[in-house]
Amino acid sequence: MNPVVHTYNSMIEIKNLTKKFGQNLVLDNLSFSVAKGEILGFLGPNGAGKTTTMKIITSFWPATSGSILIDGLDTAANSLAAKGQIGYLPETVPLYEDMKVSEYLRFVAEIRGLTKDKIKPRLKEVRTICGLVKVWHRPIDELSKGFRQRVGLAQAIMHQPNILILDEPTTGLDPNQIVEIRDLIKTIGREKTVIFSTHILSEVSATCDRVIIINNGRIVGQGTPGELEKNYGSLEQAFRELTK
Amino acid sequence: MKKEYSKIIYILFKKELMSYFNSPIAYVFIGVFLVVGNWLFFNSFFIIGQASMRGYFSLLPWMFLFLAPALTMRLWAEEKKSGTIEFLLTLPLTDWQVVLAKFLGALVFLFFSLLLSLTIPFSAAWLGNLDLGPVIGGYLGALFLGGSYLALGLFISSLTKNQIIAFILGLAACFIAFIVGADFVLAGAPAALAPVMRFLGLGSHFNNIAKGIIDTKDVIYYLSFMFLFLWLNVRVMEKRSWK
Repeated sequence: MNPVVHTYNSMIEIKNLTKKFGQNLVLDNLSFSVAKGEILGFLGPNGAGKTTTMKIITSFWPATSGSILIDGLDTAANSLAAKGQIGYLPETVPLYEDMKVSEYLRFVAEIRGLTKDKIKPRLKEVRTICGLVKVWHRPIDELSKGFRQRVGLAQAIMHQPNILILDEPTTGLDPNQIVEIRDLIKTIGREKTVIFSTHILSEVSATCDRVIIINNGRIVGQGTPGELEKNYGSLEQAFRELTK
Repeated sequence: MKKEYSKIIYILFKKELMSYFNSPIAYVFIGVFLVVGNWLFFNSFFIIGQASMRGYFSLLPWMFLFLAPALTMRLWAEEKKSGTIEFLLTLPLTDWQVVLAKFLGALVFLFFSLLLSLTIPFSAAWLGNLDLGPVIGGYLGALFLGGSYLALGLFISSLTKNQIIAFILGLAACFIAFIVGADFVLAGAPAALAPVMRFLGLGSHFNNIAKGIIDTKDVIYYLSFMFLFLWLNVRVMEKRSWK
């Protein structure tokens, strides 16, 4: 294997990513990169390919063609090393319903390879960051949607990954919860590279450094929220025009 | 590296085993297994008036036929249905680690159930003169046969996200694998195929071991059977080729 020498500081580098399901072209030659420490908002109508892109970045699905570099490592050749760098919250929050919150997160910490002496302090830390103190000993199947989302987020940040991939982390939450989760993402995202997808445009200007809008598997627009607002009047207008 | 590899399997295995006891499955399974098993044994025990477990071990494979797919049906199907598969397969683990952990979890659970059923040989030995050879062979055979059912059932579960389908197909597959070497099937099979079918059937190998004859040929057969379906399972996971 060739050691990759990189002079850029992009954490995620996606090159000519294409994904087909049978004859159906879902991602069409997608290329973009995310810089270290950047929070990238991923916008697009339903079925545009946001979730598919995220599933490929996290090595859940293989790409049909194209490549993804995570901190310079090709995910196809180094999937284990790349997976270790990523924390991922899928759209359907993946929780084992029969476990208690504490059991589940302890399991996540163990399987993520945290050493024994680090597990306890880290669990405590995550419990505070994600506001899980109240539900710590409750079974997961009794939790409200907001708390489920937080447990999912706790799962994603457990091993202090450099990269966070969050697929619609605020859907189905009430306005208070949305603000809470958004603040949480902002706090966590301070020293991490984050990609998150959303339908809530106000969220984008509140949290993101940069926005990518995709439609039919292609990038149709990108820029900072400020730039997009300037060029199109508002983010909503930008979204409407670019994804028509 | 090697230690890390097995440690991950152990962590997952622990979680798998715990999930049996976190849900009613463990208690229903063990309850049904013990009640039906004891009933089958003692029903004929006093009629025959002989301290032998031969009848019991000839029925055990049929009981396992229903119980093993019941254990394995949810192992993959549920992960897919609830979406936890996305969590599991984006962890820095190999597919072998996950498959082995699930298999070992089910196997140890089955082993535990078999341990609880040891009351049967103990009471038989207490009531009469029990020949230990076939009993030990029977339990060993049960473990090999059960392991083979579990590997097959686990593989079937990896193909679907519907637990009911996983159960029914698992039951059918185990039934075919068990019956293919049975005498009454062989009687109707072409003469050239009969020895091959006898070798391939799970049942014919079980009968040998249950008589107390532990032949390496049978042991190797069972181990290869398990390996084959675990390997196929890994292939399915690698390709993400499920419905």
